[in-house]
Amino acid sequence: MSNTLTTTMTGTDLSMDTNLKDETGGVSLWKDAFRRLLKNKMAVIGGTFLLLEILLAIATPWIAPYDFEAQNLELWVEAPSALHWFGTDTLGRDLFTRVLYGGRISLMVGILASLVSVAIGVTYGAISGYLGGRVDSLMMRIVDVLYALPFIFLVIILMVYFGRNIYLLFVALGMTQWLTMARIVRGQVISLKEKEFVQAATSMGVRKSTIIFKHLIPNCLGPVIVFMTLTVPTVILEEAFLSFLGLGVQAPMASWGTLISNGVEVMEIRSTVLLFPAMALGLTLFSLNFLGDGLRDALDPKGAKD
Amino acid sequence: MGLGYLIKRVLTMVPVFFAVVTLVFFTIRFAPGGPFDEERRVPPEILENLNKKYHLDEPLYQQYFRYLGALAHFDLGPSFKHSNRTVNEIIAEAFPISFELGTYALIWALIIGLLAGGLAAYKPNSLFDYVPMSISIAGICLPTFVIGPLSILLFGLWMEWLPVAGWDDWPSKVLPSLTLGFAYAAYVSRLTRGGLMEIRNQDFIRTARAKGLKESTILIKHSLRGGLLPVVSYLGPAFAGLLSGALVTETIFNIPGLGRFFIQSALNRDYTVVMGTALLYFTLIFVCNFIVDVLYVVLDPRVRYE
Amino acid sequence: MAPILDVRNLKAHFHTRRGVVRAVDGIGFSLEKGETLGIVGESGSGKSVTQLSILGLLPTPPLKIESGEALFGGMDLLKASPSQLRSVRGNKISMIFQEPMTSLNPYLKVGTQLVEPLVQHRNLTKKEAWAKAVVSLEKVGIADAKSAMNSYPHEFSGGMRQRVMIAMALTTDPELLIADEPTTALDVTVQAQILDLLKSLQKETGMAIILITHDLGVVAGMADRVLVMYAGKAFEYGTTEDIFYRSQHPYTSALLRSTPRLDTEVGSLPPIGGSPPDLMRLTGGCPFYERCSVRLDDCKEIFPEVKTFANTHRSYCHLKELPQ
Repeated sequence: MSNTLTTTMTGTDLSMDTNLKDETGGVSLWKDAFRRLLKNKMAVIGGTFLLLEILLAIATPWIAPYDFEAQNLELWVEAPSALHWFGTDTLGRDLFTRVLYGGRISLMVGILASLVSVAIGVTYGAISGYLGGRVDSLMMRIVDVLYALPFIFLVIILMVYFGRNIYLLFVALGMTQWLTMARIVRGQVISLKEKEFVQAATSMGVRKSTIIFKHLIPNCLGPVIVFMTLTVPTVILEEAFLSFLGLGVQAPMASWGTLISNGVEVMEIRSTVLLFPAMALGLTLFSLNFLGDGLRDALDPKGAKD
Repeated sequence: MGLGYLIKRVLTMVPVFFAVVTLVFFTIRFAPGGPFDEERRVPPEILENLNKKYHLDEPLYQQYFRYLGALAHFDLGPSFKHSNRTVNEIIAEAFPISFELGTYALIWALIIGLLAGGLAAYKPNSLFDYVPMSISIAGICLPTFVIGPLSILLFGLWMEWLPVAGWDDWPSKVLPSLTLGFAYAAYVSRLTRGGLMEIRNQDFIRTARAKGLKESTILIKHSLRGGLLPVVSYLGPAFAGLLSGALVTETIFNIPGLGRFFIQSALNRDYTVVMGTALLYFTLIFVCNFIVDVLYVVLDPRVRYE
Repeated sequence: MAPILDVRNLKAHFHTRRGVVRAVDGIGFSLEKGETLGIVGESGSGKSVTQLSILGLLPTPPLKIESGEALFGGMDLLKASPSQLRSVRGNKISMIFQEPMTSLNPYLKVGTQLVEPLVQHRNLTKKEAWAKAVVSLEKVGIADAKSAMNSYPHEFSGGMRQRVMIAMALTTDPELLIADEPTTALDVTVQAQILDLLKSLQKETGMAIILITHDLGVVAGMADRVLVMYAGKAFEYGTTEDIFYRSQHPYTSALLRSTPRLDTEVGSLPPIGGSPPDLMRLTGGCPFYERCSVRLDDCKEIFPEVKTFANTHRSYCHLKELPQ
């Protein structure tokens, strides 16, 4: 019966894949998404670039040509050369090494802070959506109110007064990004709650926490992954923003934001000190955005936003 | 939307504002270090006098209530670092500059964004679509602190078209405004395009066509209102973003605006200036979100708040 | 009497990246003043695309009219310029749609939308058009028409919105109303009201109606003639009596058997097995071949020639006679 109604074509909507048949449920969903992702050229390029970058970041201590702290004041802002591929900075340090180490920090902050935000957002959203009723509306009210607050200013104040501690940075940046995640997960959970398998579990007396963490959260994974790919660049950007203002990681460690800020100081004399870290940051953000877009399209072919 | 909702909305912000005041106040005060720490050579008796003058010798709760009392009269207190100046004076001097900068940035972002987005939606998959949309990806991916220095390099130092610092005659205002607005122009153009494209496929547009209406009527009367709703709802976050973007822009271009004062004061531990500016930021963002919500209701008759 | 709309051999195909979708493939029909033509078929059979393509309401590309003509008042709509088509749409030919919930612009007042056809095609001022629109709202049975004009669509129920749509379609006294599944999205009782309304308005104005539906019951109560479509092809065309009592096509009779009727015993309703073919993979044969219980060898490769029964009755099937 339901088969006779599956439409091959409705009105003008031709974007639908008419051959898409879901044979094996969950597994093919992910396989399918991956296949669609591979078709998106920009996403593949972005993903490859990021993979390469992560490998470089992991290998940095072994492959970096110089010590990132080694100063040589005789090599003040040198132009790029065979010895120093990206030139040197204001303290005569090898810029290529500094960019490598900066990437390590930027990527680490981006990923860890995003994980913090995912952990908070998913838990909060799942609890809110699952419990429903007054608890839900109260919890979402709080989110609404927090939405109106410019967190970045709070983070600035925190960073200024509690020292530029990198762990504080993860938490503070993660705290700024969980609100949208909470909303997305709540929406998912509310629709999942009505599904048979959740109601079956409830009727069998499974504990609430088990239902939330074993049944509901795993089924929200798609949107969560998509949103996380969008969170990572935002967080990297915020960290770079703080570092640029001198409020991020502390010297002698440097993230891309710090390097860009140093580059601005001497850009009239040697623009490469600015351009190389700016390029590293820019390419990373481009790649993350393309990968994120590709993932969103792949996991959600209909392009629904909410 | 009744007046009742508006009043309720304002009233719910009162406790939030109160919470923010409290949070920021105690964050600053519990943090290690004080405003006069770095002035090592200050003799103890003078330090004592200073502390007395600014009531830093009182117990914390007393300082807190003193601050709240003054705040009730819109008195943000004296600056700790700029002797003989009050926070109100500093804000009165610096805020108009930031406001001007933000207004220029927003205006050009809206004009360019709406035009480019509209054109792209009108001729999708043409050069009018690809070129602005590719540029807008750069606007979204590249942060202000990369765009700013790059534009200084390009237009200021290499082509020598425009001055690269300060804020007096109009040429000096061009680059900062363009820099600050770039990201928003990019977002607005994408949202405009997306909104208009989505509206095009709505059933009611088909109805309008079936009525024999002209394409221009369909665009202006039937599409714009719904199509621009995403842009309107983006204006709230955009405004908050403008404020934090102004921190960077003012620093890069050496503009004596509020953002630069905020950063400097944060680094100097000028408690009252940080508090005052942060509170002003919160209030501005709240007011802006409020206006956007009202605007949304005016544009979309289906939305009603209780 | 000359038909007011005469469509012949219409072929409208979608050219997509993955291939050509033969959405409408050789459709013909005609109807006269005051007549109602029912077009029946499953989702995706091309019944809506047929009408939308005649009125130029589908984007080209992807749609391409491959052949055919649609004569309306001496003009071939398929070859008309966009501005010529615009002067016909909402004027002499009006259309109402399946989804009353989304077919009205949610951002504009009902009145603003109602006056548009009059302002566009009759050169009335807003004020004159407003007064006329109030009258047509009253005609479709909206109680407080004046205040309804100042309401927004979301303030109405689905049935009321469909009434507004009908009023809007009829403000210009069209010669032809195309109703694309006008009652599918509505409750059963509301469905009957809307159909009765259409019938009485038709009696009053003498307009012709093309009623697109997948519901044979609706057709039986409304139509003078019926066109049965399947996978973009015409399968059978005739008067309502021809189709319901003397059907010559296995698909039509299968459809009839699967529709509940008041005048027969309630037994089991045999569904049609299988599902409609992928329009991108059609061969030269009959698209119903896979699902047909009385198929012949020829059916697989060759689409049948038209067979005429009475003057009014045409069928496309290789069978000499349909076994009862």
